[in-house]
Amino acid sequence: MDLPQHGYRASAKPRARAGPHTGDPLLFADTSSAAPPMNNQGYYTPGYSIGGAPVGGPADAGVNNLFADPMASAAMMYGSSLANQGKEIVNKEISRYVSVNKLKYFFAVDSKYVMKKLLLLVFPYTHQDWEVRYHRDTPLTPRHDVNADDLYIPSMAFITYILLAGMALGIQKRFSPEVLGLCASTALVWVVIEVLVMLLCLYILSVHSDLSIFDLFAYSGYKYVGMIFTVLGGLLFGSDGYFVALTWSSCALMFFIVRSLKMKILSSLSHDSMGAGATAKPRLRLYITVATAAFQPIIIYWLTSHLVR
Amino acid sequence: MAFTLYSLIQAVILCVNAVAVLHEERFLSKIGWGVDQSIGGFGDEPGIKVQLMNLVRSVRTVMRVPLIAVNSVCIVLLLLFG
Repeated sequence: MDLPQHGYRASAKPRARAGPHTGDPLLFADTSSAAPPMNNQGYYTPGYSIGGAPVGGPADAGVNNLFADPMASAAMMYGSSLANQGKEIVNKEISRYVSVNKLKYFFAVDSKYVMKKLLLLVFPYTHQDWEVRYHRDTPLTPRHDVNADDLYIPSMAFITYILLAGMALGIQKRFSPEVLGLCASTALVWVVIEVLVMLLCLYILSVHSDLSIFDLFAYSGYKYVGMIFTVLGGLLFGSDGYFVALTWSSCALMFFIVRSLKMKILSSLSHDSMGAGATAKPRLRLYITVATAAFQPIIIYWLTSHLVR
Repeated sequence: MAFTLYSLIQAVILCVNAVAVLHEERFLSKIGWGVDQSIGGFGDEPGIKVQLMNLVRSVRTVMRVPLIAVNSVCIVLLLLFG
């Protein structure tokens, strides 16, 4: 295809020459208008329609500006074709490692779900029904079922936690940009370690649950909400507020994790109910659930105590 | 403990190297974790030890060649950048 190259060569030269002076018509007349005239016209019309709709009166001035600046339109065309190519390559590479459809399920949330889930993470004691509802073999998306886990809340909470950590360190005059990166990677590494240990335990005890790796990331990531709550309590009310918020969020998170994982791990026993070998299994599965829950307060304390001193 | 992603990668590489180094007939058979001792009962629930032995054997089989490449890269990087 020589057309994009033509546009690239044409746009490279005016860019080099356009440094000192931008309004010279002679510089722009030759090179870019000789380049792909059809493509330029194709890009003028969407520019016209986009610029024409919000700007009612001076629409003529907008069109004239686009026509008088073919370098910008050629550069825009080249840039958009480059962006499309890059997007295709990225999509192809990502879909080789991560199934994008499965990931989309975890981000299908709406604000009502987020509100209810956040309330559930802070106060889970009055919630009655913890079953994940199904719709013809596939679990319902988080939009329709408050018990479904998602990855939106953990990722947003992770970023909020990093910002809060930076703010807390700045209040104590201990901030520097490297600390922010260190805090972020420490939190991420602990979640990755927890997910790997959980995967190992689930494999060794042959627990055939439907917990995928994204589900484990979601359940591990819900502790960021507890961490945010704890750091906020520590910032607003000092050291006593920190310990009160830590206790409250630890208990709430432990209750939430035990009730949620009990449905997923311990209920898979009903599918393979053997007589003799089933006595050791429920105990070990209970140990996993309780150990996961007990690990949360430890890690919340470890990751937030240095922020609130 | 402040971690970076690089220290996590280092820890994972060291652990996988440790599992890959366990020799089948010189060590694993001596302590009863050999390949011939894992085909136990044919129930649908293999025990913890059988699962662990399967895990060790599969890690050794699968990661043998990638570990050569990853270890070489690590050695070169550590020699160059300390």
